[in-house]
Amino acid sequence: MTDATGERRVDEESARRSVVAVWRIESARIVATLTKVVGDFGLAEDLAQDALVDALAQWPVEGVPRNPGAWLTSVAKRKAIDGWRRRERYDDRLAAIAHDLEAEQQRQTDAPPWDPDEIGDDVLRLVFIACHPVLSREAQVALTLRVVGGLTTEEIAKAFLVPTSTVQQRIVRAKQALADAGVGFEAPARDEFAQRLGTVLGVLYLIFNEGYAASSGDEWMRPELSREALRLGRTVVALVPREPEAHALVALMELTAARFPARLDRDGHPVLLADQDRTRWDRSAITRGRAALARADAIGRGRGAYALQAAIAEQHDLAASVDDTDWQAIVAIYDGLVSLTPSPVVELNRAVAVAMASGPGAGLELVDALADDKRLRLSHLLPSVRGELLARLGRDDEARAEFELAAQRAENARERAVLLAKAAARR
Amino acid sequence: MSKYMLIMRADDQGVATYEELPFDQVIEAMGRYNESMMQAGVLLAGEGLSDASEGFVVDFSGEKPLVTDGPYGETKELFNGFWIIEVASKEEAAEWASRAPLGPGAYLEVRRVHDESDFPQDNEWIQKEFGWREEQAAKAGQAAQS
Repeated sequence: MTDATGERRVDEESARRSVVAVWRIESARIVATLTKVVGDFGLAEDLAQDALVDALAQWPVEGVPRNPGAWLTSVAKRKAIDGWRRRERYDDRLAAIAHDLEAEQQRQTDAPPWDPDEIGDDVLRLVFIACHPVLSREAQVALTLRVVGGLTTEEIAKAFLVPTSTVQQRIVRAKQALADAGVGFEAPARDEFAQRLGTVLGVLYLIFNEGYAASSGDEWMRPELSREALRLGRTVVALVPREPEAHALVALMELTAARFPARLDRDGHPVLLADQDRTRWDRSAITRGRAALARADAIGRGRGAYALQAAIAEQHDLAASVDDTDWQAIVAIYDGLVSLTPSPVVELNRAVAVAMASGPGAGLELVDALADDKRLRLSHLLPSVRGELLARLGRDDEARAEFELAAQRAENARERAVLLAKAAARR
Repeated sequence: MSKYMLIMRADDQGVATYEELPFDQVIEAMGRYNESMMQAGVLLAGEGLSDASEGFVVDFSGEKPLVTDGPYGETKELFNGFWIIEVASKEEAAEWASRAPLGPGAYLEVRRVHDESDFPQDNEWIQKEFGWREEQAAKAGQAAQS
């Protein structure tokens, strides 16, 4: 196993992983810088990807350059100049840009790679482009993971269980849509900032949830995807430290991810909150999550939807058992959430909390009031909760029917198996 | 993803180099390094340690543990601080470590932090360890709320 070819393969693989590591660290700053220089996000992304291909070919042979971020940026800029020359669109304006770029490359060797004060604004603009409202949710997710997170198309495809070509298409179409809409490299105006930031946070939370409770496929959860969302959340917080909901989203993700170690049993089957071994929860994640929630509160603009959800997760994380949980406090937080973001799913969750605080009968009344809601009609959530409450009331036949209905509607294979097992237990 | 601890060590030369640099410059370089890790979303924790003269050593070689002020025996290098980062690969940890603003005589020892999957879950002492950690966290929580 230690013959020369084997060793070289190992070295090449290690060098390839080094390139990937550098890319994860640098891609957002590289694409942001290039977009600023060439004034076209789609072109900047193509150039950055081409530079990455060069790095994958050269670094394993020649070694990782001393300043890998500057190397990648220089190569990409040179490609921009070459491209303009080739396409004979080399007018005076481009000639001037090219001249600047070449002069800059001379200086760059000794300069520190990035000035964090300046680059921060550019990366933030990039985040807003990736989550631009002209894009579909799927496109926002793919672009965010690729240009902000530095994931490869293959990694994104694997995480979402779709073919690589599908992700490629989404990215190509997304770039086209941005070009068609004439989206420039600028931060949103003050009057739309809150809404645009809300979209960014929504995209990150969607990615987190897809990892936390995979909506389809055989895996119950894909924690790496959730951790990626958490990492990007921390990035956004560093860029907009005065935005309470950004801190609150990080808090919510930390406090939820803290339970990951107890969420699957040895055979990979899901373990529900009530049955989880709470000693396995990640205490340092809980500490970080609570600190993030405290930072959101300290800004003093009140609690938004993420802060309220984080506060609910915090109540669970601090309780030694289900019985020990302060369900009254959780119901009170849900009251706030219902009035802030009314939705049948939130109401359903509130009903569960009420059942825990005041008994299954009280919960069932609230659930039944939601039975006709159109938005819940196709979801497995309502029958699943109803089955749970009926079972606790000893109404086994009705409970079984509800669990079976829920299993029919569940799209996740493992979730379906859990529901069928519950139905079978009522026979 | 895995967590890695970057443990900063310096020998006499490293300490001397460090002390010659203007303090503002050191602070700025470290600040930028920390900020770059925060912006990348990888930094979980980090602390610098105060001068070794404020510390002490507990030596377990004899019958009873012996507390001494130092000197630190044969130790030629001292720990000066640490970072904990969460990254996708060993290579990414190495990349971040090599960006630390440190000079000759300084070393970063990089170690992966155990996660709970590294331990046998049914061992009673492991369970006790978790229980103990939970108590500490609960106390910390109460302290934070009071």
